Amino acid sequence: MNTNLQPGDLLDGFTLGDQLHGGGMGIIFRATPPAGRPELDFPLLVKVPRLGPGEPSETVVTYEVEAMVHATLSGPHVPRFVAAGDLAVQPYLVMEFVEGASLRQWTGKGPLEAAEVARLGAAVARALHALHLQEVVHLDLKPGNVIFRPGGEAVLVDFGLSRHAHFPDLLAEEFRHPMGSGPYISPEQVLGVRQDPRSDVFALGVILYELATGRYPFGAPTSQRALRHRLWHIPVSPRRLAPACPEWLQEVILRCLEAQAADRYASAAQVAADLTHPEQVTVGERGRRLRRPGLGTLLKRWIMATGYEPSPLDRPSQQLATASIVLAAVATRHRNEQRFQVLREVVKRLLAIDPDRRLTCVTVIPPASELAGGREEEAGTSLRIKHLVRLRNWAEPLELPPERISYHVIESGDPAAALLEYARVNQVDHVVIGAPPADVPMKSSFVSTRVAAEAPCSVTVVRPRAGSRES
Amino acid sequence: MKLALFADIHANLEALEACLEHAEEQGAEEVAFLGDLVGYGADPAAVLERVRAQAAAGAVMVRGNHDAAVVAAGADTMNRSAEAAVDWTRQQLDQAQLAFLAALPLTARRDAVLFVHASADRPADWTYIHDAPGAAQSVAAARATWVFSGHVHQQALYHLSPAGHALPFKPVPGVAIPVPAHRRWLAVAGSVGQPRDGNTAACYAIFDTGRATLTFHRVPYDWSVAAAKIRAAGLPEFLARRLERGE
Repeated sequence: MNTNLQPGDLLDGFTLGDQLHGGGMGIIFRATPPAGRPELDFPLLVKVPRLGPGEPSETVVTYEVEAMVHATLSGPHVPRFVAAGDLAVQPYLVMEFVEGASLRQWTGKGPLEAAEVARLGAAVARALHALHLQEVVHLDLKPGNVIFRPGGEAVLVDFGLSRHAHFPDLLAEEFRHPMGSGPYISPEQVLGVRQDPRSDVFALGVILYELATGRYPFGAPTSQRALRHRLWHIPVSPRRLAPACPEWLQEVILRCLEAQAADRYASAAQVAADLTHPEQVTVGERGRRLRRPGLGTLLKRWIMATGYEPSPLDRPSQQLATASIVLAAVATRHRNEQRFQVLREVVKRLLAIDPDRRLTCVTVIPPASELAGGREEEAGTSLRIKHLVRLRNWAEPLELPPERISYHVIESGDPAAALLEYARVNQVDHVVIGAPPADVPMKSSFVSTRVAAEAPCSVTVVRPRAGSRES
Repeated sequence: MKLALFADIHANLEALEACLEHAEEQGAEEVAFLGDLVGYGADPAAVLERVRAQAAAGAVMVRGNHDAAVVAAGADTMNRSAEAAVDWTRQQLDQAQLAFLAALPLTARRDAVLFVHASADRPADWTYIHDAPGAAQSVAAARATWVFSGHVHQQALYHLSPAGHALPFKPVPGVAIPVPAHRRWLAVAGSVGQPRDGNTAACYAIFDTGRATLTFHRVPYDWSVAAAKIRAAGLPEFLARRLERGE
């Protein structure tokens, strides 16, 4: 094993370039691929862990975990994995070098404006959800592990402490002290629980708090005793530290930071949805509070924390399935009670499965400019309101609490493209859409046909039973 | 090289055939039988013929407690339905088949792998590995990098931490799990012929020796035929119901 690698050295055909970083855990070099690998047409980096005498045994295991987990991951929210060296010969990881800005560039500048916090936070939340969908919990989310691609997409790096639900946890019981970064580690991680995707939602909450206030919600403790503080402690309200922070943002942040995972957002996708649509956030006591609750409440929380029981969970997909986002495409322009009714029945059944499932009601209307001449803006607004009212009216019989439902009127000349884009960006899990009437000849240009063919998730196409009376 | 691991077939011919076919599709070139070829099920002779053919072709073989009970009179460690099945089984087998069972070794070793039906710690005691301490004890006694066993009908994988503690893991079917040689591992392949985790599909596993990965599989088979044969043979009704419910 060569522990003294230099730029210019060869590692299984990869040529080491400039050294980018020489941190405690390892060295990072830029790299060029071996000849005859034309598919590697993107910048590369090589990460070499510091192993051998004098280095902590933790480094070996985190290297092993990172190689095992990263090799299974795909998509734009992780660096593309290229190769891993044999642990017994020369351990190293080759991956895409993601050129972009680290989230650390923003966390140092807080408090930031709410819109900026929401933009950054939603991007991180979407990346987290993409990871959770692949059965992986990051467990070391912090600003230094997030890079923004020039297009604004967040990329998560460093999977050394991650947990993949399909593999044994090599880090379980390995080290007695909690693994993670003091400011960001979740209460359940402090207790050694390492499989809940909502642990990452907690760390995301810490990042949001930091961006919105410029401070850490629970400080930067290192000892087990000090880390346990967050099992019951309630952070200072962001609006007290940064008066410009709106109530909706405080609501989102404090919900992410709840001590009990079950009280947080059920998925990162739901955090992204709220950060992207602030007007749809239901603000409660959490969002309005300025003072921390009194001593009585804190004492009660402290007592409860002594019996803190993390919820049992097999794998991230199990948790995500309970928290899915269902999109109902409601054709408010073609009001047909019978078709509305059928759509509602299917949606109702999908939502009844779990109380954490959310419904997002979407209708697509033509852009205002196609409707009116001079007073298009005014006409557009009143048209939007009209369709919003119809959406709400369609959903009323479902009797859902406001935090489980949202309404979106999208202006677009291409309804199928608009629905597909919405489903993709908002990480929708299931689209329910009406079929074209049965007596119309089949065309591939139907909105429902295109959505069913191209959607990134399940699609249920509903149609009233043939022979039932059209109303 | 891919090595298929079959444990606890329990004279279930339909399950064995489904698993052999599945393993062949997966590219398994070699086979290991981890004990309890017979007992409970209605096809001991047919199962033994399949297994003997595999053994002649070089399959790894070890003995299970049911195999031992069939050839040793007066087994008193079993529950009543198991014992009824053991007596019935003995009557179904010819001399050659009984001799084959009697000759099975308690353990087998190939390179750094130990094959054993129950715990490698005093294998003739048939100790169940239900938890991490049991697994740690078996691995310690095995003096092997990989220990493959059966006896417990649910699939499980344990690895040893540097401190010598075993850490349990419940495998997900069809996922190739890295089991590198610098750690020590114990896998319970699960039961081919009598699954007990609420899923009726047969259990087995494939060890890829070159890549050092282990893949646990679940294979649906026609349990209605196997259960009907148990009833037709007059074996305890409970044994037929188990297959229908996978419990």
